[in-house]
Amino acid sequence: MTNQPVAAKPESGGAISDFGIDTTTQSTGEAVRDFFVRLRSGDLGSMPAVLGLGVLVLYFWTQSESFLTLDNTANLIAQGSGKMIIAMGLVFVLLLGEIDLSAGTASGVCAAVMAMHYVRAGNLVGGMGSTVFYVFVGGMLVAAVLAVIMRIWAGAVFAMVAVTIAMLGVGPNPWIEMLLALCVGTAIGVITGFLVSKIGMPSFVVTLALFITWQGVILQFIGQGGVFGIGTQPVLFSVANGNLSVLGSWILFAVGIVGYAGVVLGEHYVRVNKGLVTAPTPIVVGKVAAVTVIAALGTYAFTLNRSPNDFVVIEGVPYVVPIVLVLLVIGTYVLNRTRYGRHIYAVGGNAEAARRAGINVPKIRASVFVVCSSVAALGAIVYSSKVGSVDPQAGGLNTLLFAVGAAVIGGTSLFGGRGKVIHAVIGGLVLAVVENGLGLLQQPAAVVNIVTGLVLLLAASVDALSRRRATVAVR
Amino acid sequence: MSEPILEVTGLNKSFGPVHVLHDVDFTVRAGEVTALVGDNGAGKSTLVKCVAGIHPMDSGIVRFNGDPVSVHGPRDAAKLGIEVVYQDLALADNLDIVQNMFLGRERGGAWLLDEASMEQAARDTLASLSVRTVKSVRTPVSSLSGGQRQTVAIAKAVLWESKVVLLDEPTAALGVAQTRQVLDLVRRLAEQGLGVVLISHNMADVFEVADRIATLYLGRMVAEVPTREVTHGQVVELITAGRSGDLGLARPETATV
Repeated sequence: MTNQPVAAKPESGGAISDFGIDTTTQSTGEAVRDFFVRLRSGDLGSMPAVLGLGVLVLYFWTQSESFLTLDNTANLIAQGSGKMIIAMGLVFVLLLGEIDLSAGTASGVCAAVMAMHYVRAGNLVGGMGSTVFYVFVGGMLVAAVLAVIMRIWAGAVFAMVAVTIAMLGVGPNPWIEMLLALCVGTAIGVITGFLVSKIGMPSFVVTLALFITWQGVILQFIGQGGVFGIGTQPVLFSVANGNLSVLGSWILFAVGIVGYAGVVLGEHYVRVNKGLVTAPTPIVVGKVAAVTVIAALGTYAFTLNRSPNDFVVIEGVPYVVPIVLVLLVIGTYVLNRTRYGRHIYAVGGNAEAARRAGINVPKIRASVFVVCSSVAALGAIVYSSKVGSVDPQAGGLNTLLFAVGAAVIGGTSLFGGRGKVIHAVIGGLVLAVVENGLGLLQQPAAVVNIVTGLVLLLAASVDALSRRRATVAVR
Repeated sequence: MSEPILEVTGLNKSFGPVHVLHDVDFTVRAGEVTALVGDNGAGKSTLVKCVAGIHPMDSGIVRFNGDPVSVHGPRDAAKLGIEVVYQDLALADNLDIVQNMFLGRERGGAWLLDEASMEQAARDTLASLSVRTVKSVRTPVSSLSGGQRQTVAIAKAVLWESKVVLLDEPTAALGVAQTRQVLDLVRRLAEQGLGVVLISHNMADVFEVADRIATLYLGRMVAEVPTREVTHGQVVELITAGRSGDLGLARPETATV
């Protein structure tokens, strides 16, 4: 029954023997061999996306001299980060094998409310009209009640914060506006989560319906042909367009690297000392060194003046880089180190097993939609800031498909159970490079859409094929 | 012999119009292996799942160590010290061995799991079960063979210093060597003072390890007898017809679904 070369030999009296061939450490060579074995067995992770990203960058570099300039690189990152952030939230939903088609337009609703709060100087009643305003507040209250019913306390608190901000008519303040966007996103997620996990409708249908609903809500808030300009508010504008100072960039580098190396190396040596399963030390140290070098080079490049205009100086790491990094760290920590994250993977891998282990599966299922919509609201802040305005198309068009595409291209499985937050970042970079590069090559939108769609299709096939391969390998 | 550690009386369970369990009485004694046998659809797995809190009971009383207890969910059962090894093993393929063994009962705070302590405990338990074919406790379950998965599922149940372990067909998917190991393990658990319930279709296994045999027939408990007082043939008759001589149902005609 075993596919291991060392099969269990029947022994006299079934004596307890030592732990046989179980190992906790392996040599570097073994680890490398193991890595290729895993690749062959279909556990690809983000490998295809990283390779694809390299190929794409090389290709556009040879085709357009303006592609790999500092200016364009910074621009590319700022352009892609909104969808990248939405994708980070979607990873949570995809981990359960669910889908949230409404994340894009839900983020648009958050952007519209945020922008209306700024444009109307905090007067949401005037901006929406009293009927719409009371429906809006009522919706937030319903979300708060649903969150209490589902015992998702954070959802209830955030929804009530949104109600409070709306009812008090708090004056314009960029931080209040961003908080409002986040809270509206959370409330939307509570509603989605309730419909999926308590009512029991398939997430595809619920979120497809909400996708259309939120599109209508955005149009109602902004009005046909209307635009809310937020580019005049310095804080809101600089979220995606501003940069850290040169000193700030190096401080970010130092804090990031010390933190990363501290966590990775510290954990490695604790595990070695306790005799636990560890990767070979050279590989761990090499990984940290590689990240340090790449981060240092990147920070250095961004601290050079990249302005195409001689009279303006643009230097420093764009704000979106620390924003994405912080979300990446939080998301990775939640999924890998907390009980909640462990339970998300368990429900995605085998919901029945999770239920029998006493995990509250409906609550986990609802909560991932709350996470997804809340994170999507943060994405909305970034992409609205990049454009400097919010129009009725905010979060519409292919925002959602780009975000799903980013997660899947990065290596998150559509079948649930496998995925990491960093997949959204890598996949988001791939799509940002495709969009930006084809734009520089003067390709029409038709070509951009076709290529993006094909890349997504390719990623989904890799996912499906590797999954089939993994299943075959088990039997 | 010994006091019953787990006693179920008058258990009824229906799934919609289908009455699966009729007034079932079932006793598990500490230090004994009780075999639960019956044909397919007799209600063996349902009985186990009711005891484990997976399915709510329609009626019936569960006594644990003589005290009436209410089991409303898997956590209640786990708290009492009742562990189940399910027929389908209930392992999450995408998690590794340690993560599966501690699923739902992770050590450490909610905001920072104690991986080191979990990994060491998992290794110790696997070592005590003489598991020698697993390369690393951090291997994902998806890359384990059927026998290895079975061992992980049993190790998961043994890890918790449980009082009662219910094994639902633990040897069905195993080869000769692994079956031997599992049966030895079942005996060892009973010798350590646990109440063990073994569901099996394999009469040879049942007669080898069981102290008592409980037979379900169409959702009714027809006999609960010491193994040494019955023969192989009698048990087969009980399973297939619900009666055998003086044992079992008085008149098989009354047994309706």
